[in-house]
Amino acid sequence: MRIEKHPILTFEKGETVTFTYNGTVYSGFKGEPIASALHANGVRTLGHTHDKHRPRGLYCAIGNCSSCLATVNGKPNVRICVEPLTKGMVVTQQNGRGVLKND
Amino acid sequence: MIKTDVAVIGGGPAGMCAAIEAANAGAKVIVFERNLSLGGQLVKQTHMFFGSQKQYASKRGFDISKILRDQISQNKNITVMTNATVIGMYEDGVLTIEHDNKYKKVLPRATVVATGASEKFLPFNNNDLPGIYGAGAVQTLMNVYGVKPGDQVVMVGAGNIGLIVSYQLMQAGVKVNAVIDAAPRIGGYLVHASKIRRMGVPILTSTTVKTAHGTECVEGVTLVKLDENWKEIPDSEFYLPCDNLCIAVGLSPLTELMWQIGIEMAYVPQLGGYVPKSNKNMQTSRPEVFVAGDASGVEEASSAMVEGRIAGLNAAKFLGFKTTDTDSKLADYFEQADSLRSGPVGEKIRAGLKLAELD
Ligand SMILES: Cc1cc2nc3c(=O)[nH]c(=O)nc-3n(C[C@H](O)[C@H](O)[C@H](O)COP(=O)(O)OP(=O)(O)OC[C@H]3O[C@@H](n4cnc5c(N)ncnc54)[C@H](O)[C@@H]3O)c2cc1C
Repeated sequence: MRIEKHPILTFEKGETVTFTYNGTVYSGFKGEPIASALHANGVRTLGHTHDKHRPRGLYCAIGNCSSCLATVNGKPNVRICVEPLTKGMVVTQQNGRGVLKND
Repeated sequence: MIKTDVAVIGGGPAGMCAAIEAANAGAKVIVFERNLSLGGQLVKQTHMFFGSQKQYASKRGFDISKILRDQISQNKNITVMTNATVIGMYEDGVLTIEHDNKYKKVLPRATVVATGASEKFLPFNNNDLPGIYGAGAVQTLMNVYGVKPGDQVVMVGAGNIGLIVSYQLMQAGVKVNAVIDAAPRIGGYLVHASKIRRMGVPILTSTTVKTAHGTECVEGVTLVKLDENWKEIPDSEFYLPCDNLCIAVGLSPLTELMWQIGIEMAYVPQLGGYVPKSNKNMQTSRPEVFVAGDASGVEEASSAMVEGRIAGLNAAKFLGFKTTDTDSKLADYFEQADSLRSGPVGEKIRAGLKLAELD
């Protein structure tokens, strides 16, 4: 889903890194939002609601609406539409509210 | 406790312009931006701006953002804190922020709130399916990160954002199946509408969304025609396939911080919802708090920048930082704001601003 050619824009891309989403390995560009890397890989369903288990994707992509919350490296409720991707990140879909672990 | 003369909350076009003006008048300014870089919505705007030379006419939004960012980085009176979300505003003027995952306090002598707006949503069946995105999200994905939001889109909303984003989608190689709008007329500028019509995209007015279809992601949408009373016309439903339903039905100002300290607010539909009441100088009912850009009422980027300049100059003036050209600059900015809102296109905004006037 990456744009190959654009009449006016060029996209600065960071180094290619791999990360996992629900255990599957994907690649993306370091520094882009996690949700953008997932979207580029065709992954658009990012979670399910706690009560009715309805699928959730992103909505605003600028960190306002909280529709894209996921667990990143064990930390729940991360807004992955604005959280930059880093090498080796472990991202898991969150079904419901997520669980905070004690350190 | 971090201390400064002026705190600017939000580093979009309004906040950047406010910071530049206040700093040039002599005030020490800190800009707090929750993102990792400045620019706000400007960074995703690929169209050329209208207006006059002073408002960067015929430059593209992302280039204007670079110009302002450069001016800020060269200005010794401005400190920029990114990854810094202002989470609280208190009666005694203290701001609380989350900066790089740490909780901090700030005591400014004056504050400019330039937090922008958030996208509105639309009620219809299955409106929560993945693949149903706000127009800003679509712009962000494709213009900032180079990712297509889908392969075929139905655009909901024929205002300027809906029309411009449809054009941008086609530039990115995405098919736009239709632009629809519940209103009987196209809300955006006709130049934009003609451009996308020429590219073969139908613009269907008096049409709204009834149901989105799909199990894990949107796969299509049932639309329905509306009569002159905005009632659904029986048996007028029709189906269009899409893997992205783009919602461009307007924005509402982000005003939570101003509610927190009891600033006087008014409900003004023309400006997108609740807005702080303000005077001509962009000063709110708390004299040390100024407001600019979408947070003061949703307009567009050019007026956000002018409002930012007015708010920044006045915040500095309020603290006693006044230069020989403060008043002539202000007069110029008032005139620019008026001209941006002149004519029939500015009618709605002018009516809205009247309702939001602080008496
Ligand atoms: C998604 C979207 C797309 C748009 N597209 C167009 C377009 O194509 N053309 C056009 O003319 N207008 C467009 N607009 C309309 C908009 O009015 C202007 O373009 C302009 O960006 C408004 O400037 P601003 O500085 O008020 O707000 P913004 O540009 O939204 O900037 C606000 C900034 O404040 C930051 N912020 C918010 N809350 C906090 C906080 N608590 N702490 C710290 N920082 C915070 C945000 O991260 C953001 O960077 C769009 C608006 C949106 C929301």
